[in-house]
Amino acid sequence: MAIDAETVRKVARLARIAEPEERLAPLAQELDAIMQWIEQLQEVDTDGVEPMTSVVARALPLRDDVVVDGGDPARVLANAPRTTDGFFIVPKVVE
Amino acid sequence: MSKLTALTLKAALDGLKARDFSAVEITQAHVEAVEAARTLNAFVLETPEKAIEMAKASDARIAAGTAGPLEGAPLGIKDLFCTQGVRATAASKILGEFKPNYESTVTSHLWRDGAVMLGKLNMDEFAMGSSNETSAFGPVVNPWKARGGNQSLTPGGSSGGSAAAVAADLCLGATATDTGGSIRQPAAFTGTVGIKPTYGRCSRWGVVAFASSLDQAGPIAKTVEDAAILLTSMSGHDAKDSTSLDEPVPDFASFVGKSIKGLRVGVPKEYRVDGMPAEIEKLWADGVEWLKAAGCEIVEVSLPHTKYALPAYYIVAPAEASSNLARYDGMRYGLRVPGANLTQTYEQTRAQGFGAEVKRRILIGTYVLSAGYYDAYYLKAQRVRRRIADDFDQAWRTCDVLLTPTAPSAAFALGERMADPVAMYLNDVFTVTTNLAGLPSISIPAGLDAQGLPLGLQLIGRALDEGTVFSVAGAIEDAAGFRSKAERWW
Repeated sequence: MAIDAETVRKVARLARIAEPEERLAPLAQELDAIMQWIEQLQEVDTDGVEPMTSVVARALPLRDDVVVDGGDPARVLANAPRTTDGFFIVPKVVE
Repeated sequence: MSKLTALTLKAALDGLKARDFSAVEITQAHVEAVEAARTLNAFVLETPEKAIEMAKASDARIAAGTAGPLEGAPLGIKDLFCTQGVRATAASKILGEFKPNYESTVTSHLWRDGAVMLGKLNMDEFAMGSSNETSAFGPVVNPWKARGGNQSLTPGGSSGGSAAAVAADLCLGATATDTGGSIRQPAAFTGTVGIKPTYGRCSRWGVVAFASSLDQAGPIAKTVEDAAILLTSMSGHDAKDSTSLDEPVPDFASFVGKSIKGLRVGVPKEYRVDGMPAEIEKLWADGVEWLKAAGCEIVEVSLPHTKYALPAYYIVAPAEASSNLARYDGMRYGLRVPGANLTQTYEQTRAQGFGAEVKRRILIGTYVLSAGYYDAYYLKAQRVRRRIADDFDQAWRTCDVLLTPTAPSAAFALGERMADPVAMYLNDVFTVTTNLAGLPSISIPAGLDAQGLPLGLQLIGRALDEGTVFSVAGAIEDAAGFRSKAERWW
C-alpha cells in the first residue's frame, strides 16, 4: 500500500488538519484506493508534452501598480472572530 | 398567483414589460413558493425582504422606462457567490456566518440588469460533490421521484440547490458553478437546462474558489432561451479576474432558433462506457436522429484520452483546492476553534470546519503536491490534461459541435453512493473533459427513463462558440419536446 497511516499523519500535518489517531488507518485506505485508481494515468504516453497550466493561452494581463482599494479597516475586520482597536487578535505567534 | 411561478424567464420578462403583472407580484409568488418548498432544502438562506425591496425598485424602473434586460426577474443564487451584506457559506461550517463586504462580479451583473434575489441556494460543500450530500446544511431533495416510488433522490451536485429550485418553480433561473460537471449533471438529474460557458467568459471574482483553472460560473434555467438570456448578463470581461476573457459578449438568445442545417455534429465513440443504461444509449441515438432531421451531418469522432480525464481531474482539482483552501485558518473570518497554540488552533479549526469530502480532497491535493510526488502526479496530470485538450482540437477538424449524454445514469437515491468516493466521482465521466479543456458545454433535458426520471443530452462547442451550442441546443429542445415537470409532492 502506497499510502499508510504514517503518510496520512504527515500529510494531515502539512495541511493543518487535526486527524484523530483512530482515523489515520481508515483514511489511508480511502486515499490509497483513490490513488490506485489515479495510477492509470501512467499508461498515457506524455513524452515531450508540455504541462497545461491554463486553458487561456495568453499572457497574464498587467495593470498599473497603483492603489485601487483599501483604507477601510472596519470592512476588513467585519467578519473577524476577534478584533481590537482596528486589529485582528490572533493566538501568540512568537514564543 | 401561483401560475406566475410556472412562467419561463422569457415569458415573465415579456409579461413584466407589458405590465401584465408587477415585479412585486411575481416576486411575492416566488417568495411563497420558496416558503412552501422548505422540505426540498434547496435554499440555505431566504431573503424575502430584500427580494420585495428589489422588486419595488424594479417596478419603479419599469414605470420610469429605465428597465434592464432582467428587470424584475426573481432568481436564486448559489451560496458560492459572495453577496454584499448577505451571508455566504459555500455550504461549509468553516465560513460560519461570513457576510461578504463585496458583491461577486457575476451577481453584480444580474443586479445591474434588474434581477431580484430570492436567497442563497444549497450546494455541496465548497462545490465538492456530485449529489449535494456533502453540504453542511444537509442534502437537497430532488423534486422528481421515480414513478410509483417514494424514495428521496439526489438532485445531483454540486449545484443541487440551483437545479432543484429551478425544477420546482421556486425561481425563474439560478446561478451555478461547474468545476467538473456541477452545472450540467444536476441539470440532467432535474429536467433543467444548464450551461458551463468557455473558461473565462464569467468572472471568478467573488466566487469562492475551489479549483481556479477549472471553475466557471453559468446559469441553470427552465429553457435553452432562458439560459442564453441569463448567460448574456452573467458574462463579460472583468479586470479583477486575470483569466477573464476580454472578448465581446454576443446576445446569446439570438442564436436560439437559428437554422443548424449543414452543421457537422461529432459523436465521440469513447463516450460509450461499460454499464451505461440502454435508455441513455437510446436517448443519445434519438439525439443523433433529431439533429440529422434538422439537417446536420453526423460524424463519428475519437477522443482517445477520455478515460483519463477523471483521474487527471482528481489530481489537478484537489491540488488547486488544497492551495485555495489554505486561506481558511480561523484568523480573519469564519470559524475559529482555539487550541493550545497557533498550530493547534489551525488544526482544530480546519478539522471541525471542513466536512469529510473536503478534507479528503485537501489531503489528496497536499499529498500530490508534496516533495517527491509533484512530478509523478501533478506534472503528469497536467500533461494528460494537454492530451485531452489536443483530442478536442483534433475533433474540431471534422465537426462543429459534439453530442454526448450528460451523465451515465438518472438521479439516484440519497445515501446510495456515499460509501465509495470513486463510484461517486464517476458521475462526472462525461462532463469533466470540458472543464479540463475549458470548452463550453450545455445539458438539455431530452427524455424520461422507464422510471419517469429526466435524462439529459450534452453538447460541447469550440472555445467561445456558445452561439453554435445554443443553436443546436434549441433544436434538440424542440425535437425532444420535453415538457414534463416533477409532480408536486412537497
